[in-house]
Amino acid sequence: MSSTLPAHEASLDYRTLAERRQEMSSPPPAGRARTGAIVDRVFGWTARGAALLTLALLLGILVSLVIGAWPAIQKYGLGFFTSSVWDPVTLEFGGLVMIYGTLATSLIALIIAVPVSFGIALFLTELSPAWLKRPLGTAIELLAAVPSIVYGMWGLLVFGPLLATFVQQPLQALFGNVPILGALFSGPPVGIGILSAGIILAIMIIPFIAAVMRDVFDVTPPMLKESAYALGSTTWEVVFKVVLPYTKSGVIGGIMLGLGRALGETMAVTFVIGNFNQLDSISLFAPANSITSALANEFAEAASGMHQAALIYLGLMLFFITFVVLALSKLLLMRLRRNEGARS
Amino acid sequence: MSAGTGDKLLRAADLAEARERKYLARKRVNKVALTLSLAAMAFGVFWLIWILWSTVALGVGGLNLAVLTQMTPAPNDAGGLLNAIWGSALMVALATFVGTPIGIMAGIYLAEYDVKGWLGSITRFVNDILLSAPSIVIGLFVYAVIVARFKQFSGWAGVLALALIVIPVVIRTTENMLMLVPSALREAAYALGAPKWKVIIKITLRAARAGVVTGVLLAVARISGETAPLLFTALNNQFFTTDLGQPMASLPVTIFKFAMSPYENWQQLAWAGVFIITLAVLGLNILARVLTRNKI
Repeated sequence: MSSTLPAHEASLDYRTLAERRQEMSSPPPAGRARTGAIVDRVFGWTARGAALLTLALLLGILVSLVIGAWPAIQKYGLGFFTSSVWDPVTLEFGGLVMIYGTLATSLIALIIAVPVSFGIALFLTELSPAWLKRPLGTAIELLAAVPSIVYGMWGLLVFGPLLATFVQQPLQALFGNVPILGALFSGPPVGIGILSAGIILAIMIIPFIAAVMRDVFDVTPPMLKESAYALGSTTWEVVFKVVLPYTKSGVIGGIMLGLGRALGETMAVTFVIGNFNQLDSISLFAPANSITSALANEFAEAASGMHQAALIYLGLMLFFITFVVLALSKLLLMRLRRNEGARS
Repeated sequence: MSAGTGDKLLRAADLAEARERKYLARKRVNKVALTLSLAAMAFGVFWLIWILWSTVALGVGGLNLAVLTQMTPAPNDAGGLLNAIWGSALMVALATFVGTPIGIMAGIYLAEYDVKGWLGSITRFVNDILLSAPSIVIGLFVYAVIVARFKQFSGWAGVLALALIVIPVVIRTTENMLMLVPSALREAAYALGAPKWKVIIKITLRAARAGVVTGVLLAVARISGETAPLLFTALNNQFFTTDLGQPMASLPVTIFKFAMSPYENWQQLAWAGVFIITLAVLGLNILARVLTRNKI
């Protein structure tokens, strides 16, 4: 029985071995091969075209913004960034107020978000029990997925009033008469302004920075860490003196990524910054304006002409700044990866 | 003699004590740092819980059948969010439909055709930047290219703006997932005489299917909540429309308008809208995570 099976199989192919070998070495039918090659080439071109489209998108954004902003660029040049006049009625525009608002809110966001993200990454890589790592990591990543409009509305209607009552008013009562701090904390404590925007931004960028930090901490070779532990280092010393120096460029890259996000964030800021063009005080409680919130509020209603051009000029500036920040972030992260390859 | 030994002993004791003190100080620093780290983690989770809690608490109250069946109302009038939900669904679906193939093809190019070449490297770099670029700038771009040219805010402009956000997300995940496919699989297919496009479509893309779908889901989640790029492309519309040549309402833009208004009923509807959006976006994210986990 067992011997009949192979014999039966073999009997299916009546051709000789030579014939079969002949078939294998001869090319497949010409027509099919040609269409196959054409399909192959078309597919390759399409893929290449899609990649080129991405590059074209970047160039297109730059070119269209420059064209749109051209009237404003011609009229104001770089003086646009040092003038704080913004008057759609007399058509006089300067971007200093918005640029200040964007930079100030992002700075506050970084001051809060960097230490917290570092703590979270430290917890997730060194402290957390294994079974908690995944759920906690997911929770932080979900924080990044919440749409910015949710942060904005929540910031305006829930967080703002609480901030006013429980943080701003006590701060004013405490430091109201201290020279510099008093000025920082002056203004109406209504929960709207640069400080609120900065805090909301911080909550929004914590997940981005924390995720990058966690990932780069994870690439530190275990041998380095174990050596440090073997010499008697505490967990903190291992992280601060071994892991952090090793992953320095990656950590900075992560911070830059967060900064890029903060600079370009629109909705959350628009809700809570107050949308008020002033630069009279350095108060953190005063309502202000940022590049993105000015665009969100004014662009759709702006008459085409100088007002629109000035807004697009602001947008161009924003794109340029975020481009530089994000490019730096990417380069730093790439450097870490290259070093890693070289050392291992 | 005995005094000398005592001296030495004393010094040794001093030294030991100093060491002990330093050791304790190091341990204390460690304890403080780790406690702070725990606090940071709690801080992060605290915001997530607080935001979700307010969304649920304030959103569910405004949720009723009218929200899903009636149009956006005038101030102080009863109504729902039907036209906004419809507009969002339509534009998100079309944008995904337009953006996904381009993203997948570009991802294929990066992972299968040009892993180390100059075009691949530049594209990868630019794509990573576009991934985090301010979405309001995408809105400005589409405004300049479409809206300003046709002198009309339109649903199509909104679709295009959202599609431009889909592309980088899909490129990134597609490339990453294709890179995970073992080369032995490709080589086996080539050895059988399959042409490259067939290897890609039938072998590698199929092997990476779950990951690619995850990328698309994440992209859908991302654009469902995007407001900024729609503000001056699709604008808004008080009425129900299927005409993409007209301005079109969307859930995020409607929430923005209603939440900033002083009217009680508009704010109530905005909370209901925020609840719906958060539910949808987080649901998609969790689904995407479940998909990739099963694959790995």
